[in-house]
Amino acid sequence: MSALLEVTGITKRYPGVVANDNISLTVNAGEVVALLGENGAGKSTLLKAVFGLIKPDSGEIKISGTPIVFGDTAGVISRGVGMVHQHFQLVPVMSVAENIILGDEPRRGIFINKKAAHDEILALSKRYGLEVDPEAIIEDLPVGMQQRVEILKALRKDVKLLILDEPTAVLTPQEIDELLGVIRNLANSGVGIVLITHKLHEVMAVADRVVVLRGGKLVGATSPKETDEAGLAQMMVGRSVVLQVNRTEAKRGAVVLEVKGLQVRDDRKILSVKGVDLSLHKGEILGVAGVEGNGQREFVEAICGMRHREAGEVLINGVATKDMHPHAVHKAGISHIPEDREKHGLVANYSIADNLVLNQFDQAPFAKGWVRNLAEVAKSAISTVEKFDIRTPSAFNTASSLSGGNKQKVVVARELSEDLPVLIAAQPTRGVDVGSIEFIHNQLISARDKGAAVLLVSAELDEILSLSDRIAVMSDGKIVAIVESKDADRNYIGRLMAGLKE
Amino acid sequence: MKTFSKRNGYFLSAILATAFFYFNGSDVTTSVYATGTVFALPLALAAMVGIMCERTGIVNIGIEGTMLLSAFVAFFVSSLTQNIIIGLIAAIFTGSMMGLILAVMAVSWRMDQIIAGTIINILATGLTSFLYVQGRTIPGVFQSFEIPVLSKIPFFGPVLFIHGALTFLGIAIILALYVAIYHTTWGLRSRAVGEHPSSADTAGVSVVRLRYINVTIAGAVGALAGAYLSLELVGSFERGFTAGKGFTALALMIFGRWNPLGALAAAMFFGLAQAYANQLMIDQIVNIPSQFTAVLPYIMTIVVLTISAGKVRAPAAEGQPYEKGQA
Amino acid sequence: MSETNVDKKVVKSQSEKSSKNFDVGSWLVPIVAVLVAMSLAAILIKLQGLNPIAAYKSLFKTAFGSIEGLGVTLGKSTPLVLSGLAVAVGLRAGLFNIGAQGQLLSGALAAAWAGVTFDGLPGYIHVPIALIIGAFFGSVVAGISGFLKAYRGVHEVITTIMLNSIVMGVADYLASHQLREPDQFLTRTAEIQPSAKLPIYANLPLGFFIAVVLAIVIWWILGRTTSGFRIETVGRNRHAAWYAGIPVKRTVISAMLISGAIAGLGGAVETLGITYRYAPAFNLGLGFDGITIALLGRVHPIGIIPGAILIGGMRAGAANMQFDSGVAPELVDLLMALILLLVTAPLITRFFKNNSNKSMTSGWGN
Repeated sequence: MSALLEVTGITKRYPGVVANDNISLTVNAGEVVALLGENGAGKSTLLKAVFGLIKPDSGEIKISGTPIVFGDTAGVISRGVGMVHQHFQLVPVMSVAENIILGDEPRRGIFINKKAAHDEILALSKRYGLEVDPEAIIEDLPVGMQQRVEILKALRKDVKLLILDEPTAVLTPQEIDELLGVIRNLANSGVGIVLITHKLHEVMAVADRVVVLRGGKLVGATSPKETDEAGLAQMMVGRSVVLQVNRTEAKRGAVVLEVKGLQVRDDRKILSVKGVDLSLHKGEILGVAGVEGNGQREFVEAICGMRHREAGEVLINGVATKDMHPHAVHKAGISHIPEDREKHGLVANYSIADNLVLNQFDQAPFAKGWVRNLAEVAKSAISTVEKFDIRTPSAFNTASSLSGGNKQKVVVARELSEDLPVLIAAQPTRGVDVGSIEFIHNQLISARDKGAAVLLVSAELDEILSLSDRIAVMSDGKIVAIVESKDADRNYIGRLMAGLKE
Repeated sequence: MKTFSKRNGYFLSAILATAFFYFNGSDVTTSVYATGTVFALPLALAAMVGIMCERTGIVNIGIEGTMLLSAFVAFFVSSLTQNIIIGLIAAIFTGSMMGLILAVMAVSWRMDQIIAGTIINILATGLTSFLYVQGRTIPGVFQSFEIPVLSKIPFFGPVLFIHGALTFLGIAIILALYVAIYHTTWGLRSRAVGEHPSSADTAGVSVVRLRYINVTIAGAVGALAGAYLSLELVGSFERGFTAGKGFTALALMIFGRWNPLGALAAAMFFGLAQAYANQLMIDQIVNIPSQFTAVLPYIMTIVVLTISAGKVRAPAAEGQPYEKGQA
Repeated sequence: MSETNVDKKVVKSQSEKSSKNFDVGSWLVPIVAVLVAMSLAAILIKLQGLNPIAAYKSLFKTAFGSIEGLGVTLGKSTPLVLSGLAVAVGLRAGLFNIGAQGQLLSGALAAAWAGVTFDGLPGYIHVPIALIIGAFFGSVVAGISGFLKAYRGVHEVITTIMLNSIVMGVADYLASHQLREPDQFLTRTAEIQPSAKLPIYANLPLGFFIAVVLAIVIWWILGRTTSGFRIETVGRNRHAAWYAGIPVKRTVISAMLISGAIAGLGGAVETLGITYRYAPAFNLGLGFDGITIALLGRVHPIGIIPGAILIGGMRAGAANMQFDSGVAPELVDLLMALILLLVTAPLITRFFKNNSNKSMTSGWGN
């Protein structure tokens, strides 16, 4: 009998990178294969190729012994492959039922048979014990529920092979455990599973085999029985990793930023920050941990003047800042690495040089009155590019030509260029390569050592744990606890993130 | 929420109707409504073009050009062959081709869709003014006929059931489109592609193919709107014949919240307002300079957009080129 | 790295940067587009049973073959440079002003009014006043769209095109009532005072030089000033612009006002330099030609000038071409459309592609 999935010699090139370099892989029925690797290692690319979303340049993919046609998603689905995508592939304005049936709808003549769809989904949800309301509109559902819909969608066609692309990124530790249980059960019932992740303990908990990718190449295969987390980490990054960032004890000073009773509404006008009090001291890094979507984004945006404050105050050095514009907040002393760097942080088709002065272009020395001083802009850009190790042929290439990590370095460089008393970093290393992560972490620590008050908001608990002096846990729009990092315990914080009391 | 705009349109039409019953006899009201329907139809059909395209995420501001060139081809071919059916077929072919060109630019070349539509418009203007020949005639127009029984219903009969063949065809298309968008596989998939293309893609729906199909068929519908003008309503063709109807239609589409019936209601409101203004002039109740009645629909378009801006939600993926695998 | 080394690098990169704007490869695109468009149109002419070679020969001989012809060409080119410039300024701010036509008309009518009404002024005062009034009215018309865009989120494409028709109606009305030439059968304004006429020096119209100087000034403003940087930033990523403290709404409105003023000036120059009065059939296609010219010139203020001269020449030679070869003067409209089609695909992909993968104008909502 041939293997369920047989990938042979897949290569996929993008301009400037080889995302997959001659990768081969097999998955048998009833086993969980973890595909492990750093961001940008080529995991998603490989499985998008398997699922027919992209066309590899060469190689062969067989499902149950028969090759697939590259790029034919519908064909792959009909062969019993389901995929749960990293970014939910759900239409927000449509119902659960419409989302699940999309692409293979039950019909009556040319019309959709809505009754049949409804019944089918109830049966499906009962079969896997994943309860959903077929008529609910996706955008009204909480994230965990959306993920459930996503999984049901993948399971609908009696799948033989289920691909899960970083399914745990937005879940609490408890929801993760639940999901891992579902995965195990599916495998026991004979489904072959590929799990993409970069979280080592998940791999250890659920995988039968582990395949590690690095820089687009397959660098090793092992199993949880043969190795431990440290061993996996070493395979993943190719050298023994320092899991702990080197940093000295914080020299905590006076309170610089004070937040009192802050309430903020999200884009859907729902109250998502429900009264937050927080003080940030000079010379410390305060990490805000929490599962995404618990109000962190709105919290940061309200402090930084990007979102209206419903109630409460923000004080900088004891002076209340009005509900103001991001640039005014910047002038009041807060620098901010925005979460969405492509949208707010950069102008993609501007040069790196222009991006580096985006918030100072009309000030000396970059402008003399009405006229810009381009020589000064260029000079400063060239030295910044060198200082921040921004990998580019020239400071005059466009920002869009940079990799994610180097783009982020441009933003970080700009925000740190003025040595402001407060630095707010929102998800500073998302989508950033390992080398750049290390660099950015060191920049945050050196800003702290120079006396800045740093507020770090991240969905990566490991990042929070390794950088923060104090950790605030945010859940359901509130700060549920603030702990000194030396007292922090991963499980304890996990439970707090999930909104559990102790 | 979904029916808000429909209600708006019906409500405003109802007010106009009541006002008319009040000031005139029912005969005049019926005739104003019949005229209003005639004015509304090309606008409503053109709005369907916009809806079909935008529901799959393609902005089509080339409706004006599609209508103009199709109206020209309809007239010119009818004149050459002395057969308006052949003219109509040629127009529909032309419209489909223009839709296809837009699809190539917007879907395959991933061009800015507003500029792509503008190219369609300028191309149509250029071709029609270059190829236009004065003094041509066609053998006749699609004549009005009565649908038996239905046309005898008071008020609704004359308003809805005494028209030319293209009007009936147009009304049928609008109703069919409404049903299709909300109740068929095609409609579900189109809406998914317009809202969140990668969801559709990962569910095995080809975003590119659906966009091509919809934009091309929409072109054919736009051709029908154009052919209606030259082969049924007016029976001739002039340079700049469509007079901005394709742009007004976009406003109606937005006002109607991308819902065919909503857009139809909005178009009825526009048609009636114009018919009403005409009637006022004929009755010599008011004396407005003709230049001002002529600009009325344009002013109404801006007003309508200003009112609905920020209150309506466009298909989320509108105007954005899609690249497979970029989920 | 030593100081001088840095400076050298600066100078080198700066020159690289500016040379990039005039990169030969990319400038080949418009040239090829023009040639291919002419070949395609030639096929159509041939299909009509006429001689395309003779038509083109006549066209270009009339336009560029003599000093007098060149003068007429530059005269025709002047409003084209300005309407192209108007469209380009809008595009730089991410606004697609397809209403240059209406702005141009209001400028033309306002200048005609100023040219007729003010009496006894010396030319060096009368001309500038009439030009400024024309620019002002163009600016007002565009400002409406800018305001609606900034504060109501109404898409400028629809408002500007609707305003085209509205302006045309209103101008028509004014020209046949209040501003009508007394005791005349034709609906048109009276001829402007001699003091308001733009002088022509040795066949070369002064208006053309005004247009060229303005193009250079706009180029400098966009590339070298903080205001220009604001406009460009808003055009390329308005979220980042807002985040960086650039007043987006004000910038959008200013860009529309500038764009409209330039278009209005175009109309005024046409009135004061060519037609000397306003009549309802006032040069109909100028505003739309501006779109083609702006894109043909790669949305670059200086790049617009050669395109405008080419199209102006075609317009100047069209009537003679019909006389010589029987080809309808509307051939120029067709050529413009084909050129636009051919030049845009490669251009737009390059100019706007990096815009965080979103197109310049996504949807009507915002």
